[in-house]
Amino acid sequence: MPALLEIENLHVAVKGRPILKGVSLKIQKGEIHALMGPNGSGKSTLSYAVMGHPRYEVTDGKILIEGRDITALPPFERARLGIFLGFQYPMSLPGVSVANFIRTAMKSVKGAEAGIRDFRKTLREKMSLLEMDEKFATRYVNDGFSGGEKKRLEILQMACLAPKLAVLDETDSGLDIDALRVVASGIMKTAGPENGILLVTHYQRILDYVKPHFVHVFKDGRIAESGGPEMALELEKKGYAWLEEKAVAAEAAS
Amino acid sequence: MNPSTQAAAGIKTGYQYGFHDEEKLVFKSRKGLDERVVEQISHMKEEPSWMRDKRLEAYRIFKSKPMPAWGDTEFLNAIDFDDIYYYLKPTEKIEGRWEDVPESIKNTFEKIGIPEAERKFLAGVTAQYDSEAVYHRINEELKKQGVIFTDMDTALKEYPDVVKRYFGTIIPSSDNKFAALNTAVWSGGSFVYVPKGAQVAMPLQAYFRINAQKAGQFERTLIIAEEGSKVHYIEGCTAPTYAADSLHSAVVELIAMPGSHIRYTTIQNLSNNVYNLVTKRAIAREDAIVEWVDGNLGSKLTMKYPAVYLVGKGARGDILSCALAGEGQHQDAGAKLIFAAPHTSGTIISKSISKDGGRASYRGLVKVHPQAHDVKVNVRCDALLLDEMSRSDTYPTMEIDSKRVRVEHEASVSKIGEEQLFYLMSRGLKEQEAVTMIVNGFFDQFARELPLEYSVELNRLIQLEMEGSVG
Repeated sequence: MPALLEIENLHVAVKGRPILKGVSLKIQKGEIHALMGPNGSGKSTLSYAVMGHPRYEVTDGKILIEGRDITALPPFERARLGIFLGFQYPMSLPGVSVANFIRTAMKSVKGAEAGIRDFRKTLREKMSLLEMDEKFATRYVNDGFSGGEKKRLEILQMACLAPKLAVLDETDSGLDIDALRVVASGIMKTAGPENGILLVTHYQRILDYVKPHFVHVFKDGRIAESGGPEMALELEKKGYAWLEEKAVAAEAAS
Repeated sequence: MNPSTQAAAGIKTGYQYGFHDEEKLVFKSRKGLDERVVEQISHMKEEPSWMRDKRLEAYRIFKSKPMPAWGDTEFLNAIDFDDIYYYLKPTEKIEGRWEDVPESIKNTFEKIGIPEAERKFLAGVTAQYDSEAVYHRINEELKKQGVIFTDMDTALKEYPDVVKRYFGTIIPSSDNKFAALNTAVWSGGSFVYVPKGAQVAMPLQAYFRINAQKAGQFERTLIIAEEGSKVHYIEGCTAPTYAADSLHSAVVELIAMPGSHIRYTTIQNLSNNVYNLVTKRAIAREDAIVEWVDGNLGSKLTMKYPAVYLVGKGARGDILSCALAGEGQHQDAGAKLIFAAPHTSGTIISKSISKDGGRASYRGLVKVHPQAHDVKVNVRCDALLLDEMSRSDTYPTMEIDSKRVRVEHEASVSKIGEEQLFYLMSRGLKEQEAVTMIVNGFFDQFARELPLEYSVELNRLIQLEMEGSVG
């Protein structure tokens, strides 16, 4: 059985400048992976590359979903294969209501249109899980939203689209503790035996609510270290500099 | 070649409403314009002599006035006035029942969805087929209220005094070259009279259509809302596509008496060879409200600036317009608010999109006369450019000759960003679907002001316009 997501020796450049320098990662169904690392280490680049942002050029390696090579597919086809990217900075769409946007996305991803009644019911349910006011559905997508509202909307979309693989790029940044709790519980409700989550984060904080099976530490465009959930705590205590020291020590020992 | 195959050969592809029916005209004036043609039109219509004289006077004004030296002069000077038919009369008499409308004309209406529109929420239909209204009905409710909703030619016959009293009082022949032309050769258009206090609950709609090749369409519309009354008039405009350029030059006059409320909605989807040069003006008396909702799709050149003259204390004028300019098109649209009384207010909201090298201009005038104090006016122009080849300009003019005037003016020009597209594509939308969604969102403020059926139609038209526009 092929892995849900398999990234093989991925090299990515932006405007000719190499950012990812050989990333390999495997996520099986039912797994939650946390990808941590300092700012500028290339975490977001990996997220964008998995979703297929046109500006992120894959110069070597591949990305596979359930054994299928998707490296050359445009973003909408990746979405239709069940990949979801929760954006760190979601774009605003003036004049497009949240309900219209999510309904269109569901239709595009699933290929069939839900009846308006069923859709409204689904949307209401998911919104109440995320403690969102019903009026939210009629607002314009991310237009004048607070940081917390934007992140909630990303999670709402994920809950409605029920992706196989969700890549959540710094979904926890800029959230107060209440919003963090709501967003984390939304993530946990999406997580299940049939799908995988890649949680990209700078802080350990969200991992108090979303328990990862694996933690990877990203540094200079590569995964520098992988381990179990305990590694996140260690990082929190010692900071990313600890990794640096560890690497130096390893080099000295060799 | 017979005329219909000739016309068929000239049909351009890609315009959804480009079908056409074989012409069945009872009378067609010869090409070009002179005093004889003007007299002939008046004679054919059996008009009173005052109208004939008005037409002749207007014709002389039209001849004497030079072409405007502003706007898109290159396009304007390309109009060949001698190559246009000024009057066509399709059937002998105006039909009162749908069943009696000739089959070929019915087919045209079927294609543009008139019967459906009627079934759904019509208060009354005046559908203009070429130069005469062929199908026209007013429901009983309107009659009971004393509301008159008819075509202009019938109004001139049945209510000559009212027509004589108001015709050309808001837009005289001398106003501009095209208003003069319209006055000389006008045919059809709507006449609406709403008596004191009458509230017309459902929109009155007319669907205009230019059918015969090289037919000019010179409809003349006059709406009078008496004190404390309310009416919403809505029209769509679709011309089939022919290779030859045609001219659409309407005049619309609105008279809002004290405390009345007129809303006038237009969705225009003319084919890409039509010159659309329209004069629209309203007068708002004390505490009256006038709203223009004006959507411009298609045409080769549109020059249209709906205006409200606020002449009574407390009057309000709101103008909301949207325009979509595609390849080879120039939408020169805008609005005018003239404040001539105190405690008046108004808003102008203009939304334009340019794509495939198209050009959209906003041209607006806000004028506040010295006697108009405590005036509030808000102008907002948003332009969206879909590619590098397209163009957007704004020409806002403000003439404020009074004190205690609050003017707000905001303008924005934006482009669809790569990040916005990526966001939508990451949600399963193809690039073109993503662009269409952004465009529909951009027009949402406009679409929300339309009855549901029209906003659905607008979305569909935009979708058609967008197809194939993204490489």
